[in-house]
Amino acid sequence: MPKDGGIGASTKRREDVRFLTGNGRYTDDINLRGQAHAFFLRSQVAHGKINTIDTSAAEAMDGVIRIFTAKDFEGVGGVPCGWLITDKHGQPMQEPKHPVLAEGKVRHVGDPIAVVIAETLDQARDAAEAIDLDIEDLPAVVDMKAALSADAPKVHDELSSNLCYDWGFVEENKAAVDEAFASAAHVTSLELVNQRLIANPMEPRVAVGDYDPWNDNSTLYTTSQNPHVIRLLMGAFVLGIPEHKLRVVAPDVGGGFGAKIFHYAEEAFCTFAARQLKRPVKWTSSRSEAFMSDAHGRDHVTKIELALDAENNFTAIRTETYANMGAYLSTFAPSVPTWLHGTLMAGNYRTPLIYVNVKAVFTNTVPVDAYRGAGRPEATFQLERVVDKAARELGVDPVELRRQNFIKADQFPYATPVAVEYDTGNYDATMDKMLELSDYAGFAARAEESKKRGKLRGFGIAHYIEACGIAPSNLVGQLGARAGLYESATVRVNATGSISIYTGSHSHGQGHETTFAQVVADMIGIDAGQVEINHGDTANTPMGMGTYGSRSLAVGGSALVKATNKVINKAKKIAAHLLEASEADIELADGKFTVAGTDKSVDWAGVTLAAYVPHNYPLESMEPGLEETAFYDPSNFTYPSGAYGCEVEVDPDTGEVEIIGFTAADDFGNVVNPMIVEGQVHGGLAQGIGQALLERCVYDADGQLVSGSYMDYAMPRADNVPNYTVDHSCVTPCTHNPLGVKGCGEAGAIGSPPAVINAVIDALQRGGHSHVTHIDMPASPSRVWAAMNAK
Amino acid sequence: MYNFDFVKPASVEDAVAALSGDEAQPLSGGMTLLPSMKQRLNAPATLVSLTGIDALKGVCRDGDMLVIGAATPHAVVARDAAADYPALAELAGQIGDPMVRNRGTIGGSLANNDPSACYPAAALASGATIVTDKREIAAEEFFQGMFATALDEGEIITSVKFPIPQKAAYAKFAQPASRFALTGAFVAQYADGARVAITGASENGVFRWSEAETALSSNFSADALNGLAASADQMIGDLHGTPEYRAHLVGVMTRRAVGAAH
Amino acid sequence: MTKVTLTVNGRSMSGQAEGRTLLSSFLREELGLTGTHVGCDTSQCGACVVHVDGQAVKSCTVLAQDVEGANVTTIEGMANADGSLNTLQQAFQDHHGLQCGFCTPGMVMAASSLLAENPKPTEAEVRHYLEGNICRCTGYHNIVKAVMAASGQDVSDTVAAE
Ligand SMILES: Cc1cc2nc3c(=O)[nH]c(=O)nc-3n(C[C@H](O)[C@H](O)[C@H](O)COP(=O)(O)OP(=O)(O)OC[C@H]3O[C@@H](n4cnc5c(N)ncnc54)[C@H](O)[C@@H]3O)c2cc1C
Ligand code: FES
Ligand code: FES
Repeated sequence: MPKDGGIGASTKRREDVRFLTGNGRYTDDINLRGQAHAFFLRSQVAHGKINTIDTSAAEAMDGVIRIFTAKDFEGVGGVPCGWLITDKHGQPMQEPKHPVLAEGKVRHVGDPIAVVIAETLDQARDAAEAIDLDIEDLPAVVDMKAALSADAPKVHDELSSNLCYDWGFVEENKAAVDEAFASAAHVTSLELVNQRLIANPMEPRVAVGDYDPWNDNSTLYTTSQNPHVIRLLMGAFVLGIPEHKLRVVAPDVGGGFGAKIFHYAEEAFCTFAARQLKRPVKWTSSRSEAFMSDAHGRDHVTKIELALDAENNFTAIRTETYANMGAYLSTFAPSVPTWLHGTLMAGNYRTPLIYVNVKAVFTNTVPVDAYRGAGRPEATFQLERVVDKAARELGVDPVELRRQNFIKADQFPYATPVAVEYDTGNYDATMDKMLELSDYAGFAARAEESKKRGKLRGFGIAHYIEACGIAPSNLVGQLGARAGLYESATVRVNATGSISIYTGSHSHGQGHETTFAQVVADMIGIDAGQVEINHGDTANTPMGMGTYGSRSLAVGGSALVKATNKVINKAKKIAAHLLEASEADIELADGKFTVAGTDKSVDWAGVTLAAYVPHNYPLESMEPGLEETAFYDPSNFTYPSGAYGCEVEVDPDTGEVEIIGFTAADDFGNVVNPMIVEGQVHGGLAQGIGQALLERCVYDADGQLVSGSYMDYAMPRADNVPNYTVDHSCVTPCTHNPLGVKGCGEAGAIGSPPAVINAVIDALQRGGHSHVTHIDMPASPSRVWAAMNAK
Repeated sequence: MYNFDFVKPASVEDAVAALSGDEAQPLSGGMTLLPSMKQRLNAPATLVSLTGIDALKGVCRDGDMLVIGAATPHAVVARDAAADYPALAELAGQIGDPMVRNRGTIGGSLANNDPSACYPAAALASGATIVTDKREIAAEEFFQGMFATALDEGEIITSVKFPIPQKAAYAKFAQPASRFALTGAFVAQYADGARVAITGASENGVFRWSEAETALSSNFSADALNGLAASADQMIGDLHGTPEYRAHLVGVMTRRAVGAAH
Repeated sequence: MTKVTLTVNGRSMSGQAEGRTLLSSFLREELGLTGTHVGCDTSQCGACVVHVDGQAVKSCTVLAQDVEGANVTTIEGMANADGSLNTLQQAFQDHHGLQCGFCTPGMVMAASSLLAENPKPTEAEVRHYLEGNICRCTGYHNIVKAVMAASGQDVSDTVAAE
């Protein structure tokens, strides 16, 4: 049994108390004295030339303080992109400027044109309507393939085309892959769409800029997953404010899922405007605004081919993907369809030859960037769909076809043909676990029972691999990242023994305040209540990269372990001095330092007090105090994996799909807080089920956003999803981080979409609709019905 | 929202007087009007709240009629109509979510005549009478296509009279995002025949499916509808379903309503 | 501007409201009760749910002036008199029914209405009742479990293997 509050315990979350009593402090809850309100006037057309912006009438309106347009941003940088992709010819991607406010042209519905600052938000909005815009409509490009045709209108006139890059991976393998296809016994191919999604954290984005003339410092309060990244990008690239004059605070943040990683124009704007006006400036996004200004996710169109030999061994995979970048490059956009997607195309299989081609395309739509899973769900969906389709074509059991091609437990570490090396895994174990927990053996009987009720039952399987905690920094630097990917922690031990932790990681639902405290408390053997976790404020946390890519515990937790070990080492030295023993003989257990083999001991607080009141202290050899900082740069990604099983019932009259059961058997390596890990999986599953059955961001041919609110964008509700069966008892600990943890935040969203769609196809096939081999997501009732009835 | 003056009269007379002002508009549950005002699609100078008028609230039986005050929230109809007109109560209980049902009202719903709203189907299938401060309007005349009604400027609905059928049911297929009716069918059997009203499907708003009515009037059973198909002509096509899909659902939902009628 | 007075969490509180001032803004901005959240502008997410005269409503879709004099309960008024979490709040913590916490106030307010109307709901009833409250974090599993547990029902069989 894990210790109460220690590693492995389902410790209740301490942060819950404030959230449950209305005492959370989200950015919109922050109101500064003298604060003015910003309203962004946004483009209503997808593509247009800005002839004139006449703000004179608006300026005269009640409460208006000032109106900003692009001309106020001369000399200010554009919103930067954090990842440079080199194309298959060795050329850098095309990288257009992303101005804070539209310059000369608007490029998507929602592109900000002007900002009104007024005493109240309503006044700002009233005045924005009085701005006289002369915008000349230009033809919009929405469809990616059309955008690449020679006569397509250009989103950015200064670029040679709408192609951002044409990436080949691994380009050197292309000929060998083509050869393998030429000699294959069987080829299964599938064209599919990984539809555009909107992350929709329930808290809309907010930014409050503040300026202090006393010291010329700026502060930005923002809904961010990574305040240090925002400070670096905004300070260095946009506004030219050095870090020591800029503080970024991300207080309680109401969910992120990727959409709050990126540096957004509104953040730079509020910081800039506060400096100009010498008063705080607040912007709060409405949900409608969020739909057209938060970065979107996914939006890939892919053709995947799988080659098999006569024994059904996978011999090669070839894909061609069109990836929508939207109108500008969001912070990490270029990396998503490339390094976060191509490197995962081996999945759990031994396929020896893989070639991935990705064409990234500019269109007149909202920028697209990472959304929960980022690239990995796209890879997994292709693979697990094509494998399922192959099994069906070959008439073999989809479980057996997967097993036959799995990388086996004794083959790790395993280097894939797409440049990564998996450290550990046991895919048969997770597959077995899932089949057992979902009572796969009893499926046929359940299907029979459904049939009696006129319903079609199906079972779908997916096995995923994920790569978390993008690393190491020197490698990702070579791949084009313009940032490091380490994490940091400061462990400040207070005189009486309590501990204040400062982490560069960020929690917006993941429960760091609880789990990080569990880790430290466990290592030292003190009560977790003695440990406080601070995050989200660049003024007191060491430079860190924040939270995304399921990296917090694997990378941030490792930094924390490193820093805590440094503290423990120093504390042992102090204890040795106090106990007049050799340091090598000092043992730490249950918050007590003991001289091995004796009953001589000093407790934790005795040592910490000595560190700060160094009356009896080896001052000649050691500094007083007990505070350490560590930076951890992982040597490899971590590779969680898992088997997902989904059971559905389809109503043949309406095409409606009901999820009857969902089983997830994951291998996350070691688990610090099972309760939180399960919660992360649940949330990921709901988002994956949402993608599979409900969610779709739709533009019409003119670039108008059709699904611009929850009236048309179907969010999963409580009655759309089942009780999930989740398990994490299959454990192959990560071999290269101190906790042996892998990351669990995105898994659910990665593994579930193919499991759901495979189940829908299975149900239709069993129901006699053998012509249905694929349905694009979301498998909405109308689509399922149309597929069944397509003859 | 644009700003406006807010008044909250206590009687229908005062409300009507207040509504005679320039650009005045009634506010009932606000569940439709306030979201549309947030989008600045609506700019009344005065909003006249009907929530303070007791005379507009409540459900009461009057012979073979059920009379519902215009400002009666859906939740109250779901509760108080259950004994007299269960199908109507069940419909009210399927509108939106509990919070929407606590505020949203039948009068607001009928006045709005959203093509995907639920109540218009019940009113039309029941041959209800919409009572206003000036007159009584048969449901047939009241609904005049998407978001259009027979109401004059400043005229308010005060109550709705529903003839109570022998049996009836509402079958709703929810649009996955908004959960309004993608297609809903209200079927009611009266001594003089069956009535079927379809919501959510047509570009012309709620309508009676006369072929189904004929079939059901001679044989009120789902089997009577075999072979009947609604035409996809003038059906709504959007990202949630094609006209063909909606036409298909008209048949499915009508059959289900007949099967469930009680 | 008009003065609006409400009894909020048992205390009489007043503030200024325009015609267009929503109850949610009035609570957050005039009365400083920021526990009530706003997550959408189409009245669909339920982050803003409070009780008005005992009924759950979406405070983003109610005008402050329209509820003059009403009894309003917000998340800030849900804890026990001694400040400890009430049964429902405690169940949310015990069963990890929240992650980022943004939907939580509305969830708790809606769920408490459910339990007032239906003290022993089935799981399906809980899921159905909460259809007007969107949570993006939890996948709902643990919210449902928390509400079931708060109603005094055994939820051990929905506990995943540990
Ligand atoms: C999340 C959500 C989900 C919903 N789901 C559904 C659903 O599934 N099915 C469904 O049918 N509806 C649904 N609705 C709409 C809901 O039923 C509304 O309550 C209803 O459509 C309008 O009623 P109201 O009382 O809120 O009217 P209001 O919003 O106050 O008014 C609507 C319109 O009617 C006018 N009006 C109001 N009362 C009168 C009157 N007595 N006389 C004349 N004019 C009047 C107003 O001026 C306004 O133009 C939903 C709403 C929301 C927010
Ligand atoms: S904020 Fe009220 S329903 Fe979304
Ligand atoms: S806990 Fe984050 S939205 Fe529900």
